[in-house]
Amino acid sequence: MGTNSNNFRGGFKKLTEMRLFLPIVALILVLLVNIIKTPTFFNVSIQNGVLYGYVIDILNRSCELVILAVGMTLVIATGGIDISVGAVSALAAAICIRMLGSSYDAYAVPMGISILIGLIAGMACGAFNGFLVAKMRIQAMVATLILFTAGRGIAQLISAREIGGKMVPGQIIYVRMESFKAFGGFLPNVVVPTPFFIAAAVVIIAYLFLSKTAFGLYIQATGINSKAGRLVGINSTLITFLCYVICGLTAALAGIISSSRIYSSDANNIGLYMELDAILAVALGGNNMSGGKFSLAGSVIGAITIQALTTSLYAMGVTADQLPVYKAIVVILIVSIQSEELKRWLNSRSKKNATIKVAG
Amino acid sequence: MKITTWFKTKISGNNFLLFITIAMFILMYIAGLVIYSDQGFGNMQTLMNMLMDNAGLIIAAAGMTIVIITGGIDISIGSVIGLVCMMLAFMMEKMGMGAGASIAIVLIFGIIFGFVQGWLISYLKIQPFIVTLAGMFFCRGLTAMISVNQIAITTNKVFLGMANKNIKIPFGAIVNKRGIKLYPFIHPSVVIALITLIVVWYILKYTKFGRSVFALGGSEQSALLMGLNVRRTKLFAYVLNGFLAALAGFVFCLNTTSGFVEQARGFEMEAIASAVIGGTLLTGGVGTAIGSFFGVLIKAIIETYIRCNGTLSSWWNKIVLSALLCFFIVLQSVFASMRSKHNS
Repeated sequence: MGTNSNNFRGGFKKLTEMRLFLPIVALILVLLVNIIKTPTFFNVSIQNGVLYGYVIDILNRSCELVILAVGMTLVIATGGIDISVGAVSALAAAICIRMLGSSYDAYAVPMGISILIGLIAGMACGAFNGFLVAKMRIQAMVATLILFTAGRGIAQLISAREIGGKMVPGQIIYVRMESFKAFGGFLPNVVVPTPFFIAAAVVIIAYLFLSKTAFGLYIQATGINSKAGRLVGINSTLITFLCYVICGLTAALAGIISSSRIYSSDANNIGLYMELDAILAVALGGNNMSGGKFSLAGSVIGAITIQALTTSLYAMGVTADQLPVYKAIVVILIVSIQSEELKRWLNSRSKKNATIKVAG
Repeated sequence: MKITTWFKTKISGNNFLLFITIAMFILMYIAGLVIYSDQGFGNMQTLMNMLMDNAGLIIAAAGMTIVIITGGIDISIGSVIGLVCMMLAFMMEKMGMGAGASIAIVLIFGIIFGFVQGWLISYLKIQPFIVTLAGMFFCRGLTAMISVNQIAITTNKVFLGMANKNIKIPFGAIVNKRGIKLYPFIHPSVVIALITLIVVWYILKYTKFGRSVFALGGSEQSALLMGLNVRRTKLFAYVLNGFLAALAGFVFCLNTTSGFVEQARGFEMEAIASAVIGGTLLTGGVGTAIGSFFGVLIKAIIETYIRCNGTLSSWWNKIVLSALLCFFIVLQSVFASMRSKHNS
């Protein structure tokens, strides 16, 4: 009997210690709540030639977050953090839309080029963060705080529109061409939303890049102990720098998808609270928040879970402004559960109980 | 001879960045006198306005200095200030509570919030940026939960009296066109801010707690081996910071006399920038409250420039301040690497 229960306990412990245990359980939990509330939750149909349903909606809207979570996972794995991603999204979107210009019949700059410039701007922001963190050795939090604050200001300045013969900054710029919609909407005659393909491509490229090259291993080595990494010949400065550049790129991509969804550039609202969501996704994915080992799959599941949670909370009548309260509580709960100190404290308590029982 | 050695010892240490800041402030002030002399830059009142507009920031920067010296960071204070303003406005306008009771409640809230954050950071050993990032979003969301509309404080006479009382300063008067002597004035918020600044400076410099904060920031390991209660010191630093953030919120509310969701967004960045510009090292262990005060003055003078200029939009405030923060942290980093090379 004793061994049996021990076996069971051991098995359970093994299960809970699995990397993807936390994100998968969280996702199942959110889905269960949803299916109890709305029995038609998993129904998927084709309406107006495109897929339609709750699940599709959640997956579609989670695409930006999945893309962002990939970049954020790498940055956190190096032992850093990037809180500027939301602002960088807004900045890249503003640059891209300003390039496109708001006219009914022709783009000012071809779409491919302006999207490329938007992405390059994101990478430049990432390079700026990476330079401060990797080369100047400034705490990631403070280094990325610079763009977190200034990024939206710069985006506002870029979002200028001609009003009465004068360029007035801080405007919402609209794009009037149908073809830009496809980026965040649907391609003609395709039932699956476009962001879905983009997100899948980003995840697959990142996965191949990390598993087929040694880059993933280098990142882990840098995150666990950058000094030791350097001693075995890893250029940890370059690795960290590259991770921030990649994070900037993913932020820009997410921003451009967002702007395509709303068909305009809104420097105040694109990527708002995205940094919290991305960090939350990474934490929920079972990644170590102080760097080192990471799991891309965990972060992706985490991102989808967060979006499912967001959508469910909206359905329960929580407004966008109030949403951060719940998410903040979830973040704190997750990192508290992962905290080594709490585990040690609980362990010592259970041991104390055991000795008391023996003594009794 | 003695003066040069005194100067050398003062300047070679970590005070160097503070010296740059003070020199920069004086230079910027003189430049302002020259460029914007026609707009009354030289008036005593301009200087007093800088203090009045930034009374909240003076307090918040002092609190931030304590936290940064311990080697931590707190990015929740902007949201805490927004929440405190909203709470004050809501309690006084919608619930008809007295000014004293409302202020006491928000200050207690600040202490409790600081305690929770500090406990998570010091006892559960969660990284400060994650805890305070969550705290930042938590408070911002809570503000929206209280009310999504702006609430202006219009009925509470006691509070408005505090907000609008002019305290005349008996020197630096100017004579206006009609020949009336106008003395410069300040609001009570400046008095609260300056008293707080002196108290924080005293705590950091002369109390056991203050000494422990510096020891802890210099090296947590050594502080532990020295027998300091590292956890409790850290917890108390965050509690103090929470209280100061709430106090800053109250003072901020005296200036704006209203509460709305977007209030004090980006304030944490201004507080961190002020502390860093004032010579507080982000690695912990070094910093003074007075230095942060000069950091606030630099920010205030930039604001005044932009206001005097008139053609630049308000986004430039944040961009210029961010650039300045960037410049100073790079400077710090260069200094740190030079020192480590020098030592080895």
